[in-house]
Amino acid sequence: MRPVVELEDVWVELGGHTVLEAITMRVGEGEFVSVVGPNGAGKTTLLKVILGLVVPQRGEVRVFGRPPRDLGRDRARIGYVPQVEEVDLRFPLRVFDVVLMGRYGTLGLGRRPRGEDRRAALEALELVGIRDLAGKLIGELSGGQRQRAFVARALAAKPKLLLLDEPTTGVDPAASESFYELLRKIQETGVTVLMVTHDVGVVSRYVDKVACINRRLVVHGRPEEVVTSEALAEMYGCAALFFHHGRIPHMVVRPHADFRKEGT
Amino acid sequence: MSLLGYVFMQRALIAGALIGATAGAIGVYVVLRGFSFIGAGIAHAAFGGVAIALLLGIDPLWGALAFPLVVAWGIAYTSRRAAIKEEVAVGILFAASMALGIFLLSFIPGYRADLFGYLFGNILAVSSRDLFTSFVLAGLVFTAMTVLYKEFLFVTFDPGMAEVSGLPVGVLQGVLLSLVALTVVLSLRVVGAVLVAALLVIPAATAYQVVRNFHHLLLFSALIGVAEVVGGLIISFYLDTPSGPTIVLLSASLFGLVMILRKRSA
Ligand SMILES: Nc1ncnc2c1ncn2[C@@H]1O[C@H](COP(=O)(O)OP(=O)(O)OP(=O)(O)O)[C@@H](O)[C@H]1O
Ligand SMILES: [Mg+2]
Repeated sequence: MRPVVELEDVWVELGGHTVLEAITMRVGEGEFVSVVGPNGAGKTTLLKVILGLVVPQRGEVRVFGRPPRDLGRDRARIGYVPQVEEVDLRFPLRVFDVVLMGRYGTLGLGRRPRGEDRRAALEALELVGIRDLAGKLIGELSGGQRQRAFVARALAAKPKLLLLDEPTTGVDPAASESFYELLRKIQETGVTVLMVTHDVGVVSRYVDKVACINRRLVVHGRPEEVVTSEALAEMYGCAALFFHHGRIPHMVVRPHADFRKEGT
Repeated sequence: MSLLGYVFMQRALIAGALIGATAGAIGVYVVLRGFSFIGAGIAHAAFGGVAIALLLGIDPLWGALAFPLVVAWGIAYTSRRAAIKEEVAVGILFAASMALGIFLLSFIPGYRADLFGYLFGNILAVSSRDLFTSFVLAGLVFTAMTVLYKEFLFVTFDPGMAEVSGLPVGVLQGVLLSLVALTVVLSLRVVGAVLVAALLVIPAATAYQVVRNFHHLLLFSALIGVAEVVGGLIISFYLDTPSGPTIVLLSASLFGLVMILRKRSA
């Protein structure tokens, strides 16, 4: 399997603190990997390193075999859904226009979107199940619907690598499940998917591998191995229990003893 | 004699229509990005530049062009790097270049007439050379806005994502602010430094109330801008009032009217 993302001994320092430490990992073409870890673990930073938005102090990063800053046109082959979208919701833009922006990276400077771009945008809206909202203003959507619109925007470019940072935040459970199903289908077309999530238990059903990050890469392996390992519990810094129903692990996180003391 | 019988008035009206369309269209980005204050800052920088040019005895146009462009790129640069909020930087620059302008102009004999013209606009001041410059500047702004339409939209709406998709965000923001600066320079003669910012803001804000689509917003704002500048010029001709304040009062009234009508219908 050809590696799509390669990190070798990557160190990142932000504001005087080490945020990522000696990360070495490889994501093969067509893999579906979830990245888990507590708040502040460096998950978002990891995605930014892959995108070339954060440059590591040490180590090597390669995406499609090249450093992320030298990707050129191949940059358009990466779809990204950020954790928080800092857009101005008062902008008079329809949902369709926003999704169409996903195509902009594939067009050259000064080029206008054409028929095929519009079709791709509509298809992406269809995929995330909000095609009927295409004509609404972006500011008129609910939080979950808007999240789906941003996912559609990432899909519109028909990416070969999809980076998602907690894409199901604010999305209802039924829709989250069908969203994971959708990612699975997208993955089956050969797309590599890297998704940050706190939804550890549920997502294990869909992904090939789980990468546990807490500044360091704690484990990176198949869900069965990772979820049953002590690593997760250790990483979250609290006792975690896992129940298995067939292939489906459920995680129950018990609060720290000190937390409980504060609570009473 | 009707107002079109005066050559200076013909020139002022043509220049006014160009100004209205350009400021109206580029103003959409200014308003949506919350750059109103930056528009004012650039306008005041232009005034400082004019004063320096007058004192050095060179064409005021060059001073009015150079100063705001430097400011525009300065803002684009600091807003991406510095820890300081851009409003603060603009706020300081704003007052300083205004003060510098008036300070320097006071050394020029008979400066008062010029000063008043540059501050509040003077329709008599539009020479045929100014008119030519107006065409060039307006043409430049509209060409850039057409060619870089999708890039400006992306960078204004979602700079973070624009950067991810590989757009040179810093450069594009600098270019956009430069277009604002060119528009300010273009408008300086007719509207004056104090009130140029209003021309960038009011037509776009008026159009924003009635339009639900970005493309239409650009179009409407430009049309409203033309109507307001031309209308204001005609009124100022008959009432013999300074053109800048007349245009701005007309614009503000229209904005208020649209707001009231919209509240009523809602
Ligand atoms: N621009 C920055 N400057 C300084 N420190 C930063 C910066 N961005 C992130 N950090 C720090 O880096 C660490 C990792 O941040 P990151 O956003 O990658 O965490 P995360 O794993 O995505 O957390 P969460 O689950 O809350 O989203 C945090 O301790 C954070 O405070
Ligand atoms: Mg994060």
